[in-house]
Amino acid sequence: MTAPATALKHTAQNGAAEAIHVQNLHKNFGKLHVLKGVSLSARDGEVIAIIGGSGSGKSTLLRCINCLENPTSGIIRVNGEEIKLKADSYGHTVPADRKQIERIRSKLGMVFQNFNLWSHMTLIENVIEVPVHVLGVKRDVAIGEAEKLLARVGLTEKRDVYPAYLSGGQQQRAAIARALAINPRVMLFDEPTSALDPELVGEVLKVIGDLAREGRTMVLVTHEMKFAREVATHVVYLHNGLVEEEGPPEQIFGAPKSERLKQFIRNIS
Amino acid sequence: MAGPVMTGEAAVEIAARASLWLKPHRIVLILIALGLVLAAAVFMRWDWLPKYYGMGLLGIWRALWILAVTCTLGFLLAVPLGLAQAAGSFWFAAPAKVFCTVIRGTPLLLQLWLLYYGLGSLFPQYPWIRESWMWPYLRQAWPYGVLGLTLSFAGYEGEVMRGAFAGVPKGQLEAARAFGMSRWRIFQRIWLPQAFYRALPTLTGETVLQLKSTPLVATISVIDIFAVSSKVRQDTYLTYEPLLLLALIYMAITGILVFTLGKIEARIPNKIG
Repeated sequence: MTAPATALKHTAQNGAAEAIHVQNLHKNFGKLHVLKGVSLSARDGEVIAIIGGSGSGKSTLLRCINCLENPTSGIIRVNGEEIKLKADSYGHTVPADRKQIERIRSKLGMVFQNFNLWSHMTLIENVIEVPVHVLGVKRDVAIGEAEKLLARVGLTEKRDVYPAYLSGGQQQRAAIARALAINPRVMLFDEPTSALDPELVGEVLKVIGDLAREGRTMVLVTHEMKFAREVATHVVYLHNGLVEEEGPPEQIFGAPKSERLKQFIRNIS
Repeated sequence: MAGPVMTGEAAVEIAARASLWLKPHRIVLILIALGLVLAAAVFMRWDWLPKYYGMGLLGIWRALWILAVTCTLGFLLAVPLGLAQAAGSFWFAAPAKVFCTVIRGTPLLLQLWLLYYGLGSLFPQYPWIRESWMWPYLRQAWPYGVLGLTLSFAGYEGEVMRGAFAGVPKGQLEAARAFGMSRWRIFQRIWLPQAFYRALPTLTGETVLQLKSTPLVATISVIDIFAVSSKVRQDTYLTYEPLLLLALIYMAITGILVFTLGKIEARIPNKIG
């Protein structure tokens, strides 16, 4: 845990501690083989962008990191701690230690495609919920922190508003504030702008970009290639459940090697 | 504002609001209602009222506490019944489903009679029950009435809660999981509150229905307000007077219930989901 957290883009070096380590991950949905042995690593300060076509398994890969989907086999380490898995009575792989997986999850700030704010709580209540009820932070302390976070994503005046009264962009920014409130070791973004109207994408990307520039460790599944090129330190291209190609963004977008990646980049630009 | 001396300003304000509220059609309706009450008072016999006054109040009190107790206990039972059906494994879901189906598929009167005349006549045959601390309760009628009405409410509300639990967006539960909440925390903080808010309008209606089911306990010798009106009828040979007054009492209770529960409903965070 001696890693400097001040790494800027391209400066996260091999010396930094490994925040997330995924090795040879397989995932089956019934007969459908979605992930066929994927490995991924995120060191402190790195911004990993996962790109790929629809059905390539990129969301599944992200959701396996905090066991929202249980991997069929493979190794997942968060902060160097391996998630203990076991087979349940149906033969499915599930977390073996509920306390362990809950503890690990509370260090990973997840942002969803559909925001998934809790609709019976105001924004401020959404943001303090996990700090107060999972991490045991005192309520007034949590409220102070939450107000800072809401200010940071530009939602100060919406603190007592219910999510249903906000635009998609505002909801997503609030969801980012909620994820930041747990002071996460790593932020996980699952296509954070895919459900937004085009004119709202920019405000959300700006918030995520600011996080990346201040050196926050992130794993980001995205369709926004221009954005991935700007903020990522490392890009992983998934195809059919396998890592087809990976490397720094200049190489992936500027000089792709594999034919499929070339075609993918041609199709989306 | 509860002081005995009302300030001039407040009086003027109340008068202004009253004049806004008192539209011509409302005045006509009020006059008609007053006329009806007056006609009932003048042309009908009410001389029995003082004699049955105390009994009547006791009857109203019984109807009210039976309603409150059975709705509360019934709802507490309905939560696990709904949860078992919405999210439980087969071994939890199936018995809950069977219970709700049986309760909803049979008349409440029959359930009450099965409990009171069936179960109630079974207990005295066992000396150990008659010698236990439960006997003073089991020999009375009201526990069977309360049990029957509770199970009935649970059966109907179990079905309502099943729908309410299933209606909470999966993504919100997933978000709670993703942040490391335990199952119990998710249930307590996210799932149950949202399901309850969703079910509340239905619960209001069901509570009013439950009020109108309470008179059935009169058939198993619990003296509620309905039984009191029957007694008046038998004693005085008057048909309309006690029944009209009974109707008025139930309407008044319903009105108060709807008003109070409406106030609670108005306080829940709206635009859920």
